[in-house]
Amino acid sequence: MHAVRERVAALLFGTAAVLCVVAVVLICLFLVINGAPALIHEGIIPFVSSTTWQPATDHYGILAMVVGSLYVTAGALIFGVPLGLLTAIYLSRFASPRIRRLFQPLVELLAGIPSVVYGFFGLVVIVPLIRQIFSVQGMGVLAASLVLGIMILPTIVTVSLAALDAVPPAYYEGARAIGASHERCVFTVIVPAALSGIVASVILSFGRAIGETMAVVMVVGNNVRLPTGILEGVRTMTANIVLEMGYAADLHRSALIATALVLFVFILAINLLFSLVRKRVRS
Amino acid sequence: MISAPAKLATRDLDLFYGDFQALQKVNLEIPSLSVTAFIGPSGCGKTTLLKTFNRMIDLVEGCRITGEVLLDGEDIYHSMDTNFLRKRVGMVFQKPNPFPMSIFDNIAYGPRTHGVRRHSELEEIVERSLRNTALFDEVKDRLRHNALSLSGGQQQRLCIARALAVEPEILLMDEPTSALDPASTARIEELVCTLSEHYSIVIVTHNMQQAARISAQTAFFLLGEVVEYGPTTQIFSDPHDSRTLDYVAGRFG
Repeated sequence: MHAVRERVAALLFGTAAVLCVVAVVLICLFLVINGAPALIHEGIIPFVSSTTWQPATDHYGILAMVVGSLYVTAGALIFGVPLGLLTAIYLSRFASPRIRRLFQPLVELLAGIPSVVYGFFGLVVIVPLIRQIFSVQGMGVLAASLVLGIMILPTIVTVSLAALDAVPPAYYEGARAIGASHERCVFTVIVPAALSGIVASVILSFGRAIGETMAVVMVVGNNVRLPTGILEGVRTMTANIVLEMGYAADLHRSALIATALVLFVFILAINLLFSLVRKRVRS
Repeated sequence: MISAPAKLATRDLDLFYGDFQALQKVNLEIPSLSVTAFIGPSGCGKTTLLKTFNRMIDLVEGCRITGEVLLDGEDIYHSMDTNFLRKRVGMVFQKPNPFPMSIFDNIAYGPRTHGVRRHSELEEIVERSLRNTALFDEVKDRLRHNALSLSGGQQQRLCIARALAVEPEILLMDEPTSALDPASTARIEELVCTLSEHYSIVIVTHNMQQAARISAQTAFFLLGEVVEYGPTTQIFSDPHDSRTLDYVAGRFG
């Protein structure tokens, strides 16, 4: 009886695990099979290195979108990483337990806000602000970077905080016992000791930012062109897909799926990098 | 019994963790340039007293102190900068705790903290500190390697070198060999004896043979009190207090 129950349980859990893997494999297959026609039509290199995106004449080059995605993501990291890291250091080493009990859940709450709300916030607060300050249209790299910078805060804070908290107390005591002040000890011993975890938090938020769609579409401007300044509107890979999917057919549809495939490769590379960093930490 | 002026002395030192009294009326005079051992069963206040000497006890929340700790006659709990105090009174911990950085940076950490910037000077300090702990020949070709790649015994000698790099006057050692194998322990003991020519050393140990081998005076602690303090030979061969006799004879603890 016991043995039967165990075998049933194993079968149940095993099936669940298999379904997860099947989902990943199916998505990969879907992307490759459906993206292939556009990639064959353009050639893989021209597809990612041309800036001409003209579905009407069947010209599909996504370089502008790749650059747009990278710009916006880099901008998000420039705003989000320093802010998030300093927050994590503060919560881990400077805040009183009471402040930490209050702040940490609030920061984590940021992760639970739907991305359309972020986009709306960007549209009604950040975009008008940029429009006023710089006398431009407002939507563009800067607006998207600011919105994404806020969106990646919980990832940076939570992962960095865990890394900082995990630094053995013996390091702190050792540094204090030589006469280092609390601040010096935090910035010269604790933070370097947690560096791999901090790097992991940056990599994870890169993945989060480059894959974000809704919030970005609402504030990024969506112009298909290579940006020459941070106030200009650009289009990201994610925005490209969501904006045109509704009416795309045939080769156009395939080109959008190929765009998703390129995005997928980026995410894959980021995940690989992440596991490499984690492996280095363990050894 | 000790004629020379005390390097370190306590006067009616009481210490409380919340409501618990961990030290009671401790009066000790620790002489300069020799090894003083603290022995006694676990939880009797040896490490607590050691940590009052460099005010590492300040890091413990809810800890309260009355009485005096005098360094060269000056009360360290009265208008003395704790970071400067810790430069004068170094500490080595029970478990080797090198920082996760290079051997060089570990040793240079203290001097850098206290204002040494010139690289040539740092190099000199690192070499001297490593020679003082007989580690230089073992690691001179890999000063840029991570300190965590060293063996346990080497790590502990590195920690001693790190403490010596800021030229302290006193070295506090909290059971420095309890995590080490016998061979490494022997090397550290040898080192302690050599270092006592230039530094005043206070060592907490659970190992009574160790105290007998390396210390000049020994204090026996029980339940937060110093039961007996005197020359090590006397404490081990002719203790005046029956509790000391019971302990050194191995009847409890």
